[in-house]
Amino acid sequence: MEPSAAARVQPSPRETLDSVIIRFAGDSGDGMQLTGSQFTTATADAGNDLSTFPDFPAEIRAPAGTTYGVSGYQIHFASHDVQTPGDAPDVLVAMNPAALKVNSEVLKTGGLLVVNSGAFTANNLKKAGYEVNPLEDGSLDRFRVLALDVTKMTLDAVKEVGLGSKDANRCKNMWTLGLMYWLFGRERDQTVGWLKNKFAKRPKLAEANIAALNAGHIYGENAELPHGINAYQVPSANLAPGEYRNISGNEATAWGLVTGARLAGLEVMYGSYPITPASSLLHNLARLKHFGVTTFQAEDEIAAVAAAVGASFGGSIGVTGTSGPGVALKSEAIGVAMMAELPLVIVNVQRGGPSTGLPTKTEQSDLFQAVWGRNGDAPLVVLAAATPGDCYYMAIEAIRVATTYMTPVILLTDGYLANSAEPWLLPDVDALKPFPVAFHQEPEGFHPFSRDEETLARVWPVPGTPGLEHRIGGLEKDRSTGHISYDPHNHHLMTSVRHDKIAGIARDVAPAKVDQGDNHGDLLVVGWGSTYGSIRQAVSVLREKGHQVSHLHLRNIWPLPEGLGNLLDSFHTVLVPELNNGQLVKLLRAEYPVDAVSLPRVTGLPFRIGGLIQAMEERLQGSAI
Amino acid sequence: MSPNSPKKEYTRKDFASDQEVRWCPGCGDYAILAAVQRTLPSLGSTPENTVFISGIGCSSRFPYYMNTYGFHTIHGRAPAIATGLKLANPKLDVWVITGDGDGLSIGGNHLLHVLRRNIDLQIMLFNNQIYGLTKGQYSPTSQVGKVTPSSPLGSIDQPVVPTRFALGARATFVARAFDTSKKLPEALSAAREHKGASFIEILQNCPVFNDGVFELITDRKTGPAYQLWLEHGQPMKFGANGEKGLRLKPETLSLEVVTIGEDGVSEQDIVVHDETNASLAWMLTDLPEVVALGVLYRQPGPVYNESVATQRDLAEDRFGEPDLHALLRQGHTWTVS
Ligand SMILES: Cc1ncc(C[n+]2csc(CCOP(=O)(O)OP(=O)(O)O)c2C)c(N)n1
Ligand code: SF4
Ligand SMILES: [Mg+2]
Repeated sequence: MEPSAAARVQPSPRETLDSVIIRFAGDSGDGMQLTGSQFTTATADAGNDLSTFPDFPAEIRAPAGTTYGVSGYQIHFASHDVQTPGDAPDVLVAMNPAALKVNSEVLKTGGLLVVNSGAFTANNLKKAGYEVNPLEDGSLDRFRVLALDVTKMTLDAVKEVGLGSKDANRCKNMWTLGLMYWLFGRERDQTVGWLKNKFAKRPKLAEANIAALNAGHIYGENAELPHGINAYQVPSANLAPGEYRNISGNEATAWGLVTGARLAGLEVMYGSYPITPASSLLHNLARLKHFGVTTFQAEDEIAAVAAAVGASFGGSIGVTGTSGPGVALKSEAIGVAMMAELPLVIVNVQRGGPSTGLPTKTEQSDLFQAVWGRNGDAPLVVLAAATPGDCYYMAIEAIRVATTYMTPVILLTDGYLANSAEPWLLPDVDALKPFPVAFHQEPEGFHPFSRDEETLARVWPVPGTPGLEHRIGGLEKDRSTGHISYDPHNHHLMTSVRHDKIAGIARDVAPAKVDQGDNHGDLLVVGWGSTYGSIRQAVSVLREKGHQVSHLHLRNIWPLPEGLGNLLDSFHTVLVPELNNGQLVKLLRAEYPVDAVSLPRVTGLPFRIGGLIQAMEERLQGSAI
Repeated sequence: MSPNSPKKEYTRKDFASDQEVRWCPGCGDYAILAAVQRTLPSLGSTPENTVFISGIGCSSRFPYYMNTYGFHTIHGRAPAIATGLKLANPKLDVWVITGDGDGLSIGGNHLLHVLRRNIDLQIMLFNNQIYGLTKGQYSPTSQVGKVTPSSPLGSIDQPVVPTRFALGARATFVARAFDTSKKLPEALSAAREHKGASFIEILQNCPVFNDGVFELITDRKTGPAYQLWLEHGQPMKFGANGEKGLRLKPETLSLEVVTIGEDGVSEQDIVVHDETNASLAWMLTDLPEVVALGVLYRQPGPVYNESVATQRDLAEDRFGEPDLHALLRQGHTWTVS
């Protein structure tokens, strides 16, 4: 199917689609993440709503051509509201046999499969585990296949630039991107600018990549596509007016921490030890020193949180970020911060557990660890972000609660939120409400555990203040002097005070509210964290079918918000889908007389909308009276 | 205090808290506490700018008895907590109090890193060669053969030499003293004056679980024969009348104890102490027959918290005024109307 002048035909009119899911897949070295993120930017510029999900291998440099070295990037875009990266792709771009092998199962029947036939060599087929070339044995008949020798066409396109064969070969992804831009009617200028900038110091590379991009596009313009394959258009979505950017969860968390600290009038001391998928938080914050951020790459997670605790003692907001295994190491230090009643923010970007688990996959299985994972009665605050953009607001809220109540706050996000991107309506930062911290200054009548009557927060006196010299620590202290105390009655009282302080925070946060649907009905779906989009979408499908289904998404995991019990009571059935083996559901059953039903899924991947809808329908049938 | 009022002269009493001291009678920790309370006023320290951070152990109760800021933290982690504090407020004078178990077993990793980073603070390691608080198990500095409840047939662990550990971590200041020594304040002052992480091992008697392990060294009668007090630029002599000294044995590259006037040994044969010589310091950590005390090694290097401040300034110069509005708009944005 080489393009030739003779093959040139009038472009057929573009077919209009409402929503498309594309998955780019290739070898780790094929540049699929870059391809995907460029396509995302162009799609955002075209005014679609979108959601993306990168899925990369755990190995840094997995051997080329193997199935475990396949890197994927999925984007879902539409002319309407998009909540998730979607389940099954409509379009699969497979740059080699391994990418096809890993992904062909999920491609929708009738879906468009774009493959680089040039990579289907005997050697690559063998590495991917194919005995016969799937392009030739009819096994792909249920798809619309566009098999192109992208390798050869790329080399032809960049020949004139005179690159070495390795560099020339690397332009394949841009050729493919050019073709996809044409297929979906996206503009190239942004990518051209980005390439010029990226390769500013190596203009030949910029030239070659741009040539490949253009060649892919021109191919689309000129080639007569096989029957059934069209060019498409996806009209722009009806997004709220304003300025947008694409944002990933870890970016949003980093910026939220910086914003929160400014609203509190504090500097940030971020202690961390690298761990997937939290490391990019450290990277993001390390670039923000001029915002009053100190980053400290510690020798381990214990030192990271310990340094944050020390910084909070010194009058900064101590923050530490990690994933589940790191939180396990930090629990003793979180306990001493709780006992000494110091503000502290712990961000847990959850990953597949237990132990080392599935480091590059996503999961929500650290809820118990967050709520209960310390020795002794050690209550603290647990928050959970629902979307990448929500990470920004929840990070601000974490700092507000930590400093207002002198308590550690655990903010749960996860690998999916951390890495996926969505268009984000930029906030008006000047309109955010400040919550300035007032350090204690008055020596008269001072003791370190005197409390605000309303919030029960203790005073925050910082070293360096004359007349307030005092000692704190992990030992129990006397309620009325702050000195060490082993008195049994006092310990009971102090345990209650610490409990009441945290429980009282429920009065200072928004009461439980149904996100979608009515306040009563047949089925309430209660979610938390990154499942927001999937649940929202599934619930709206069922509501369109006329079912009495509502969605409530918890951002305050501990303490639970006020009014939750009443809402749970107002539905015939409560279903709790979670990417774990049933944790929130147990918390709810422990706190309220509710016979909530668990919908656990622990595959390392987000929920599939289809699966959610099915589970909800089963519940609805079961609850039909 | 208003800025105009005369600078207050502090005394040791100003540094003593109102808390009853609860160590066992005769514990070496009392003498160390007294030495610190006596030394701080002479260094111009103020209670409000001084912070003691400790881990867990008998020794780590220390902060409660100081009328300064204090944080009795968790087992082994004091160096890391102190690091965060110093980064948050570099103006504070930060002291870490740790024990041989706290600092060298559970917290060995943090001790290593606080030393190599060279954070500007003082670390006092109370070495009683035992786990005092948990009632007498052998510690990482206990001698081989030490009989304790957890080693009824004697400890089989090879002990660590704390000053050698510190040098191995590339500490920039390494000193040793003992609890009841009159020269302890001098070592504390030198540590405090040093910019960077100062490590002082303090031999401390635990009369309850490890009584007398250092007696030969600390006893008034036997001590002079075992105490070699180092002075930069001075020959390394000791003994009741300074009759003994250290001579270099070039063939084994080690130090040997010799007696001046015997076997043709003269003053000129005695090695002169050079605090900046790491190889010499290494030999001094573990001598035969005698214990080197005072400053073994002092060689200032880049101070971590200062480098942090320098990078902060650099970022401010490079990126200018922080602007949240611009931060959120960096990269690609678009407008939906
Ligand atoms: C995580 C943890 N593990 C164990 C203990 C028990 N513990 C308290 S102090 C100590 C040993 C202290 O020895 P050392 O540091 O030599 O202090 P000393 O009491 O001798 O001054 C141990 C094992 C603890 N408090 N925390
Ligand atoms: S047990 Fe030993 S170290 Fe602890 S207080 Fe008693 S004497 Fe001192
Ligand atoms: Mg000890």
